[in-house]
Amino acid sequence: MTSFSADVDRSEPRLWQSIRGISWGLILLICAAASFGIAVLYSAADGSMEPWAAKQTIRFASTLILMMCAALVDIRHWFRAAYWVYAIVLALVVAVDLRGFVGMGAQRWIDLGLIQLQPSELMNVAVVLALARYFHSLSSEEIARIRYLILPVLTVGVPAALVLKQPDLGTAVILLMSGAVLYFIAGVRLRYFALTAAAAAAALPGVWHFLRDYQKNRIYTFLDPDADPLGAGYHILQSKIALGSGGLFGRGFLQGSQSHLSFLPEKQTDFIFTTLAEEFGLVGGLGLLALYSMIIVYGFAIALRSRNHFGRLLGLGIATNSFLSVFINTAMVMGLIPVVGVPLPLISYGGTAMLAVMFGFGLLLNVGVHRDTRLDRSGERRLG
Amino acid sequence: MLGAGQAMLFAALAERMYQLQILESGRYLVLADENRINLQLLAPQRGRILDRFGAELADNHQNYRLVVIAEQAGEITATLDALAGLIEIGEGDRRRVLRDIRRKHPFVPVVIRGNMSWDEMARIEVAIPELPGVAIEQGLTRFYPLGETAAHAIGYVAAVSEPELNGDPLLELPDFRIGKSGIEKSQDAELRGSAGTSQVEVNAFGRVVRELARVPDKPGKDVVSCLDAVMQEFLVRRCATEESVASVLLDAVTGDVLALVSSPSFDPAPFAIGLTPAVWQKLSTDPRNPLTNKAIAGVYPPGSTFKPVVATAALTAGVLTPDTSIACPGYLELGDTTFHCWRKGGHGSLRLRDAIKKSCDVFFYETARRLGIDRLAAMARRLGFGGVTGLDISGERPGLIPSREWRLATSGTAWSQGETVIAGIGQGSVLATPLQIAIMTARLVTGRAVVPRLVRSDGVLPPGGDRIPPGFPALGVSPEVLALVLDGMNAVVNEQGGTAYAERITDPGLAMGGKSGTSQVRAITEYEHEHGLRKIGQIPWKERDHALFVGFAPVGAPRYVCATVVEHGGVGGGHGSEVAGPICRDVLREVQRRDPARRVPGGDTVAQLHPLDWSPPRASPPGG
Repeated sequence: MTSFSADVDRSEPRLWQSIRGISWGLILLICAAASFGIAVLYSAADGSMEPWAAKQTIRFASTLILMMCAALVDIRHWFRAAYWVYAIVLALVVAVDLRGFVGMGAQRWIDLGLIQLQPSELMNVAVVLALARYFHSLSSEEIARIRYLILPVLTVGVPAALVLKQPDLGTAVILLMSGAVLYFIAGVRLRYFALTAAAAAAALPGVWHFLRDYQKNRIYTFLDPDADPLGAGYHILQSKIALGSGGLFGRGFLQGSQSHLSFLPEKQTDFIFTTLAEEFGLVGGLGLLALYSMIIVYGFAIALRSRNHFGRLLGLGIATNSFLSVFINTAMVMGLIPVVGVPLPLISYGGTAMLAVMFGFGLLLNVGVHRDTRLDRSGERRLG
Repeated sequence: MLGAGQAMLFAALAERMYQLQILESGRYLVLADENRINLQLLAPQRGRILDRFGAELADNHQNYRLVVIAEQAGEITATLDALAGLIEIGEGDRRRVLRDIRRKHPFVPVVIRGNMSWDEMARIEVAIPELPGVAIEQGLTRFYPLGETAAHAIGYVAAVSEPELNGDPLLELPDFRIGKSGIEKSQDAELRGSAGTSQVEVNAFGRVVRELARVPDKPGKDVVSCLDAVMQEFLVRRCATEESVASVLLDAVTGDVLALVSSPSFDPAPFAIGLTPAVWQKLSTDPRNPLTNKAIAGVYPPGSTFKPVVATAALTAGVLTPDTSIACPGYLELGDTTFHCWRKGGHGSLRLRDAIKKSCDVFFYETARRLGIDRLAAMARRLGFGGVTGLDISGERPGLIPSREWRLATSGTAWSQGETVIAGIGQGSVLATPLQIAIMTARLVTGRAVVPRLVRSDGVLPPGGDRIPPGFPALGVSPEVLALVLDGMNAVVNEQGGTAYAERITDPGLAMGGKSGTSQVRAITEYEHEHGLRKIGQIPWKERDHALFVGFAPVGAPRYVCATVVEHGGVGGGHGSEVAGPICRDVLREVQRRDPARRVPGGDTVAQLHPLDWSPPRASPPGG
């Protein structure tokens, strides 16, 4: 390990070079989105920093530092740590099952004192990290062979199954979908996807059997939201009312009646997009989506400019992850897909979610900083 | 490829937002407002009802109810225990309160006790600082200062019943009361006022967050009634000596009903709160019909009080002159029917004046026979019988003046002369309300088609009385005829031998004229004609005759009319004057003493107010 030695190395930047290499534009976009989120939390609390906005600001600020650290660490450290990170997070998820406590009808949290850790949120990043390393090490011939796919399928499948059992349908869906995207990018043959899709379709009745009642209700509700407007359909109906009444320019900051009068469920977490769109209208909603689009496009650009496969996979995985979270959350509150619990990245109130998202962006920035680092199959630097 | 897929999905999101926020925005905006805005009605305060001088007949009194707001109260059973130490809280009340609290939102006040006494309220008020969540709310209930005294005329208010709901949301308020009878009912629109509204913002749990807009309610207007509270009370007190009485006191010139009594009466206050089944049972099964306003809805054969009508019709038709003499042998035979005079030996030969004075039945049998039913019925209608008089409260009954058409329609038989004869003494099918008898007399003394009223649209009586007499149309009966009839009625009271001589008013200038009457409730049997009538004590109350009297005063320039029916008050074979007469006498004397024209120094005299020009009857001096 001589990577930090003083010898001249074009592909391995020094600290000040690293700082210069950070995509400050991306950080600006992230800050913009987070600020927007804090403003909405301020409004959701009837124009008060308590109980959400102040805490969220502190969390964002501290995870911002964490993100910078994650960005500046040598990418090879991340490469080597990938499986360890995955293992630790997986252990935490298991721990949740063992000694979690029940909240919101779902066992998702570990109380660490300072924060209530929701390991499943971290699982997204950990899986991307692990898969990126695994696929990095495979040659294209090996990827074509099915026995090399057993491990990555387990890498996604085991945590997905655990998370589903918690039950956290939203995170499980994101895990499976981002895993699939990584397989695709890594070059897994399309016929395997077709096979999996067919198998999944066949397994659907079985899966249905394992769903909890409330999850089944959500799907029924999605299929016919007006069937039970005061029961299971209440949340999505109120959410649509909030969105619709927002109109083009919204009802104005602090003026959203649906959120302020508690007609909106989970207005500060999963349904925060509705709060935002009620007060800022189509303009505000599309503005936020545009912000996300730019962040994701930035992510793609960083990933594609990386000269190492690990970085490319990592960057694309993180960007895809963000996209999936944004899409599933917003489509859910608009009634396009069934209600699954997925927070809106950077905006929704929640410590672990913020930590996971910022850590992910940190890795993305890292890929950008170390885009010229070349890694061999084992993760050692190859001089270029 | 990935990028394109993601861009497409984002486009789908944008499209969905466009659909929700632009295309369907209006609909959702309405839904959002429906979610958050509640319209609360502010009930208007009901107007008062005043008597002709401005005294209160109906008012709103504050009442106090004890409520508890569960979310502020903490341990509710402890609160109830603490309250039970101050006022009585029954086990049933306790269960109801606990049940209501479970069912309702914790911020909704739950009534522990309604209608608290002042004493109870004071005890709670003192302890309230130690009773979190307990509050005393104020409400308004209808209050009638006279109680039972004017219940029939004023009426009462009660909760809105199902058929009365007409879409006015005010009527759906749980505490709302509307007029159900009397002036309360007829003037309900005036008294009610109009509702205000309060737009409040509520949250998802129904808690009021703030008031957005408020349109204040318009309180109902005060209504001035024609009643004179003092006379009303006087008349009620006077009627209380008999079992069941209906009486009306009129201002003959203006038609103002100064007092309207149907005795026994009822207490109108409990109706506003809700009658208990026991009270309702008692009221509705009483044979004296306390709930019926007998003064306007009780129909009785007018008996001899109908004779002035026959006389007026006969004089007008020319079948009779003041000098026409008819012999009374004590009966009249018509075909195979014998019609008896009340005086078994008969009155001998007499003229109209004496016939009225002595209330000779045979004279009026014969007069009616000569007159025929058609002319008699026409005059009766002209004087106010056979149809509602037009009093401005509901419940008036039309009574009945029989006619050929009526006979054919009801029994399919032709009119018989016997029916005409019996109608000549106000019996047979003839039915009239006390108000109609009073109106008949008012029309005779004024010569105008007087219509009664209970509500003064012109407000409280000005000092010195009404200046401008109402423009009732002339009756179309010649003043000479009226003078002759009234002279007869003067003789009834003020001449020795008159049937009501004992009831005359002796105070100088206050003398009354009048006519007594007795109406049979059941036919007198042939046996009784031969062996004499049973003693009054031997006849069950329900079968006794009704006693009637109608009087006017002062006799020289009549202003006031009083008609009284004492149900089953007839002394066997006697005249109504014996029980009904004294009531009319006392009331007419009292009302003249109270005459506003007399009470105001320099005010007009009664005589000056009189609109008619007719020569005073040949009245004997009172007592002469």
